[in-house]
Amino acid sequence: MGKDQGMMPWKEVPFGLYILEPGNSAEFKTGNWRSLRPVLDKEKCVKCGTCYIMCPDMCYDQQDEEGYYLVNLYYCKGCGICAAVCPKGAITMVMEEV
Amino acid sequence: MGKKVAKEVSIAIADAVKLARAEVIAAYPITPQTHIVEHLSELVANGELDAEYITVESEHSAISASLGAVATGARTFTSTSSQGLALMHEILFIAPALRLPVVMVVANRALSAPISIWNDHSDIMAQRDIGWIQLWAENGQEAVDLVIQAFRIAEDRNVMFPTIVNIDGFTLSHVIEPVILPDQEEVDAFLPPFKPKYKLDPRKPLTMGPVGVPEIYFEAKKAQDEAFKNSRKVILRVWKDWANRFGREYHPVETYRMEDAEIALLINGSLAETAMTAVDKMRDEGKKVGLVRFRMWRPFPHQEFRKAVSGVKVLGVIDRALTPGGVGGPLGTEVRAALYNAARKPRVVNFIAGLGGRDVTVEDFEEMADRAAFYLKKRPKEAYEMIGVRES
Repeated sequence: MGKDQGMMPWKEVPFGLYILEPGNSAEFKTGNWRSLRPVLDKEKCVKCGTCYIMCPDMCYDQQDEEGYYLVNLYYCKGCGICAAVCPKGAITMVMEEV
Repeated sequence: MGKKVAKEVSIAIADAVKLARAEVIAAYPITPQTHIVEHLSELVANGELDAEYITVESEHSAISASLGAVATGARTFTSTSSQGLALMHEILFIAPALRLPVVMVVANRALSAPISIWNDHSDIMAQRDIGWIQLWAENGQEAVDLVIQAFRIAEDRNVMFPTIVNIDGFTLSHVIEPVILPDQEEVDAFLPPFKPKYKLDPRKPLTMGPVGVPEIYFEAKKAQDEAFKNSRKVILRVWKDWANRFGREYHPVETYRMEDAEIALLINGSLAETAMTAVDKMRDEGKKVGLVRFRMWRPFPHQEFRKAVSGVKVLGVIDRALTPGGVGGPLGTEVRAALYNAARKPRVVNFIAGLGGRDVTVEDFEEMADRAAFYLKKRPKEAYEMIGVRES
């Protein structure tokens, strides 16, 4: 993690730990909390959007030109809800390699 | 120059808050702080003080409202005592971490049980680690001066820490004393308007109090601690400026007849004045006794304290709070710790006296000085002993 993720030395801690830039929680990378990664099998996927609806972190908010939902790994914590709710069993959680 | 008047100290404190031009007051009445906030509410109701007086349903709300107010950039005052201070406890830690410089007068009073409205220091000593600047007044003049100074200290951009001024409940809060209330122009010249660098403002949004994940919490606390210790410099500068303007000196550690003293007593608050009488009496008898007291209890004045007591043989530390089953009263424990690694240090003897409004007389102070001297020859068996408890 870099300084943008809060790993600064104490002398660089902002006054009172204030956040001076509004709305910057979007920059907070939660993707590196993940130990399991969702992998989509396009053979099974019917583009129903259940993953998009059910993801608690709104990680499936983009679709490619064919309409498949894309997971945003910057935020995906690997909770596995998408895999659990997929009606076609098209999403598999696989271990992240270090 | 302001003129000398006879005033109840609580009323004089309220007048000092008015002279400081406080903009928000949020307080809940509790004995013996009541007269301070009653008088402030009168001043606001009569239009003599242009401030918002927020009536709240508890001390927890009083301190919460105070923090919200000061976060918007308003000069804010509150006051409490005993159970009220205890009820504020969880919020008190938040103020210094968020660098919110509210000023609070604590009219020191015992904690229940047994229920006691009378004076000792158990309320404030239970709040040792809240991270506020903690100052002690001994008489009405000091209370007035310290309240005005507290705003300047707390709100300095190199400080920005909340500040408590301790006054003894009843023995100080309810006595009528001669005090000099400075003129408004003098206070205005000493105390500029509160202009924080950051404040809650819808036109310029910012976040105060985000979560401190393990990756940043520790660094945030280190930064807070360093800034807090550095506030010492500003406090000294403010006191120097005060002395130049008003002719009254303030020091982190106050001493009385400590030159060539071999035996010293240490006590905080208004009973130090009784102790001075005892010191004078013992000096007349040829005993080399002096007195030390903390004006600035947080941040702890290491240098000044070591210097003040380095020449004495024995130091009798008088606590007005009990740490049941502990290694001493809160003052005694800290003083021993502060001196442990010092090259020159006195033997430290710890007394507990004056709990729950019990009088501590001149004779009691003499007894404590004599007992301290006795323990030079023979080490005390107990970590602390109580003075003034009936044995039979």
